[in-house]
Amino acid sequence: MMTDQLEPLEEDEDMQSRGSTSPAVLQAAEPERSIPRFSVPESEKEHSRAPDKMSVQRLNFYYGRTRALKDITLSVTPNRVTAFIGPSGCGKSTLIRTLNRMNDVVPGTRVEGVVELDGENIYAAGTDVVTLRRTVGMVFQKSNPFPRSIFDNVAYGLKINRLTKSRSELAERVESSLRAAALWEEVKDRLKESAYGLSGGQQQRLCIARALAVAPEVILMDEPCSALDPIATQKIEELIVELKERYTIVIVTHNMQQAARVSDSTGFFWLGVLNEPNNTEKMFTKPDKQMTEDYITGRFG
Amino acid sequence: MSSLWWRKLVNRTMTVLTGLCAVLAVCALFLILGYILADGIRALSIGFLVNSFKPIGEANSGIANEIVGSAILIGVGSLIGMPVGILAGIYLSEFGTNKFGTLLRFLIDTLTGTPSIIVGVFVWTVMVHPMGHFSALSGAVALGILMMPIVARTTEEMIKLVPDSLREAGLALGAPRWRVTLGVVLRTAASGVATGAMLAIARIAGETAPLLFTALGLNYLSTNLMQPMGSLTVRIFYFAGSPYEEWHNMAWAATLVLVTMILVLNIAVKILARNRHQQA
Repeated sequence: MMTDQLEPLEEDEDMQSRGSTSPAVLQAAEPERSIPRFSVPESEKEHSRAPDKMSVQRLNFYYGRTRALKDITLSVTPNRVTAFIGPSGCGKSTLIRTLNRMNDVVPGTRVEGVVELDGENIYAAGTDVVTLRRTVGMVFQKSNPFPRSIFDNVAYGLKINRLTKSRSELAERVESSLRAAALWEEVKDRLKESAYGLSGGQQQRLCIARALAVAPEVILMDEPCSALDPIATQKIEELIVELKERYTIVIVTHNMQQAARVSDSTGFFWLGVLNEPNNTEKMFTKPDKQMTEDYITGRFG
Repeated sequence: MSSLWWRKLVNRTMTVLTGLCAVLAVCALFLILGYILADGIRALSIGFLVNSFKPIGEANSGIANEIVGSAILIGVGSLIGMPVGILAGIYLSEFGTNKFGTLLRFLIDTLTGTPSIIVGVFVWTVMVHPMGHFSALSGAVALGILMMPIVARTTEEMIKLVPDSLREAGLALGAPRWRVTLGVVLRTAASGVATGAMLAIARIAGETAPLLFTALGLNYLSTNLMQPMGSLTVRIFYFAGSPYEEWHNMAWAATLVLVTMILVLNIAVKILARNRHQQA
């Protein structure tokens, strides 16, 4: 399945003339006239007028000659949870990693198009990637605490960015971050112990606390619950809903129910193409496209 | 059915055979250690450790200056070889994915395979000959050169074991690449890197040939890096090659001291480098 999702570049050009049978391919060939927006419910119209936190315009992404993202255009509303669903290997992780230029470290990759954060193109020459990544934090699929103590894990970003002036301020920021990640009560008596002594769900919340500590504005979450059991997953999901009060959240998941539970808007990925970026409720009750409905009702995927 | 019987027989025979060979390999180690211990302990005494060399026939001869000399030579050699080796290892694993890295890796492997006597002759040519006399410093340089490729390659291998997810975690927090490399990657690999460095020290501690051309050897205590210096291995070489029974016994005792020093160093570093945050 992985292989036919990432189609070679040269095949892409003659797609229109061939008249491919795949609906996703038809979508890719369709020229975009205007930037589609996530539709916002009537009650939240106020928010829709706020400028987008992030926006992506005609983004193409290549691994060598393979085109993994095809003409992605979308916008991310501030203080909302934006979710991307879709099967493995469809490009959702690749997309989320373009939002903080995490793919820069992957050799042989290339980006075309524009990704804006507060109206500034993050792929423009002269962008400070270090500052960008501090503003756009990330939580990964597999929890990845450093081989240090619980305290030092959360303190790491604060120390390297020199964000605190004194030891007491550092301790305060670590505590508030752990509290924000709903982990403080569980670890307050063993801050000096190794982070590897924590359970999987606790480790993932520690990684969230670590990301929160440097005070980002956007938090990217790349399948944050895929390695967790249902109870740990529930805790993280509750946390996500709480965090959107203060942060803008973009989450990738292959769990459709999770997207339905936590997100305000959802986009459906298929073969590197973003389908139907939509209000989550509409997406899961009355999707615009037959293909989306087929996917979310489990007819394929 | 006969094929099953045959297969079982072959299986059993091979299992026994491989097991025997494993035991044989370990037997060699225990025989060596046993001989060193049995023969070495006879000439070993406190006086042997704290006195310097005396001519044959005189009482209270010892290897104190050689113990000090070996420690200095290995120490200074490590100061030269270890930083270069560790930094080279970091480059190879973090930035050496290109053709240049492949070339470097090949050259470093070639250096690892270079016989130590050739390194000794080389250092004699570039240091001892121009300076006009043998010196401890040239000996340390020779040991450093021998150590560098071993440290570089083990460091590279250890750093490669650090999962990319940790590098990404550091970068995603707004850490520059060099900070991630030092603070996260090298720190995580620290115990492995230390083990590699220990192997390299054990290797150079046993070197004799390169020291014959460089540090030469000395019959009394000296800490001057610009002058010749005694070392355990060179002393063992001379003692063992002598016609005197007494010196033969002293060679065994000196060997026991050398082996013990390496063993103690190994254990100490193992304990110190034990990473308490290592994943269980």
